[in-house]
Amino acid sequence: MSFEIEVALRRGGRTIAAQFAAGPGITALFGPSGVGKTTVLDMVAGLVRPDSGRIAVGGEVLFDAEHGISLPPERRRCGYVFQDLRLFPHRTVRDNLLFGWRLAPPATRWLTLDEASAFLGIAALLDRMPASLSGGEAQRVAIGRALLSAPRFLAMDEPLSSLDLPRRGEILAVIERIRDELGLPILYVSHDPAEVERLAGTVVMLG
Amino acid sequence: MGGWLSPEEWQIVALSLKVSLVAIGATLPFAYGLAWLLARGRFPGKLLLDALVHLPLVVPPVVTGWLLLLAFGANGPAGRLLEHTLGLTFMFRWTGAALASAVMALPLMVRAMRLSLEAVDRRLELAARTLGAGPWRAFTAITLPLSLPGVLAGAVLGFARSLGEFGATISFVSNIPGETRTLPLAIYAALQMPGSDAQVARLAVLSVLLSLAALVGSEWLVRRGAGGTGAPRHVL
Repeated sequence: MSFEIEVALRRGGRTIAAQFAAGPGITALFGPSGVGKTTVLDMVAGLVRPDSGRIAVGGEVLFDAEHGISLPPERRRCGYVFQDLRLFPHRTVRDNLLFGWRLAPPATRWLTLDEASAFLGIAALLDRMPASLSGGEAQRVAIGRALLSAPRFLAMDEPLSSLDLPRRGEILAVIERIRDELGLPILYVSHDPAEVERLAGTVVMLG
Repeated sequence: MGGWLSPEEWQIVALSLKVSLVAIGATLPFAYGLAWLLARGRFPGKLLLDALVHLPLVVPPVVTGWLLLLAFGANGPAGRLLEHTLGLTFMFRWTGAALASAVMALPLMVRAMRLSLEAVDRRLELAARTLGAGPWRAFTAITLPLSLPGVLAGAVLGFARSLGEFGATISFVSNIPGETRTLPLAIYAALQMPGSDAQVARLAVLSVLLSLAALVGSEWLVRRGAGGTGAPRHVL
């Protein structure tokens, strides 16, 4: 199993909970806005601590409330593509892309800057600053930064939501190639049924 | 310009710059640490710490000087400790003037740094963590560089404040030529002497020019550093 997840978190009088197991490919977390899809991703990435439950990815336990296990985010090897991207504004595209790559132990790296740039079509952007990128460009850089950090899986939070229609098609194709060519398990948050239909092997309904 | 000021006046300017540079340089890490605690920390007594840091801004400087005398004087607990451990003495020395300057400049430095730390988007730090950076690495790679304009602005602002420091200095380490007589103290001494109007005017103009340069420099640093990063655009 790629993902074995069972988490619950009480927040502001309501409970955000998810329970599912999923194989390789794309697992979509699907449901209306405000149901806590992003919070589930944050819990898997280690940015939010669940009250209870267990998170395992590819057989490795990242969190287990019962046994007091909670790996810090930097040891979870989760390539998180945030909905708001969070590119580092004071670093060039190249330094953004290489941020996680430089921190990863060399033996765990499975992608080079050249490969990632070619794969995502961003080779011409390397010396630009994030503020000067278009929405689609920034989205691809954010995906590249996550891929280069030598992750074991990706977490993608509505990666198409901020893009216009032609850009959506481009990024959708990129995500399919990550799924098919790189074989990386992906946790994918979306509220768009068509998107989920096209991409996901497993659909988890939340809310 | 060499003929414009007498050697004695040059010495006053040099001493003022030395006192202020040492005061700000030595205070910088403490001020940043305090700013970080106040911006990010959650601990009991935070309000009290906040008030203590800002106290020199509102207490009469004479009182600050007197408190320094109690703490760092020959018989003060902090003074004795520093003399025994580091061989550092403050009484009637330029180091005492630097200490008084540092205490008076601290609130301004902490304020500027705290503002720019609060403007750093913490979500960027979390992004760095998911990319493999531990807490310290996330701080040095993201938080520190993004708050740097505020650090520089705070330093320059503190420097300007320090150049003008008078009350705490004169009551802590007195007004000794060549040792603790900085620009404001020299102006004060000159005012006491009849017939030194020209000297007072020269020193006063000099003092205004130095402070103005520091303020303009501070504002310029923040505007330049803020370009596109979402950091605060003003310090004044």
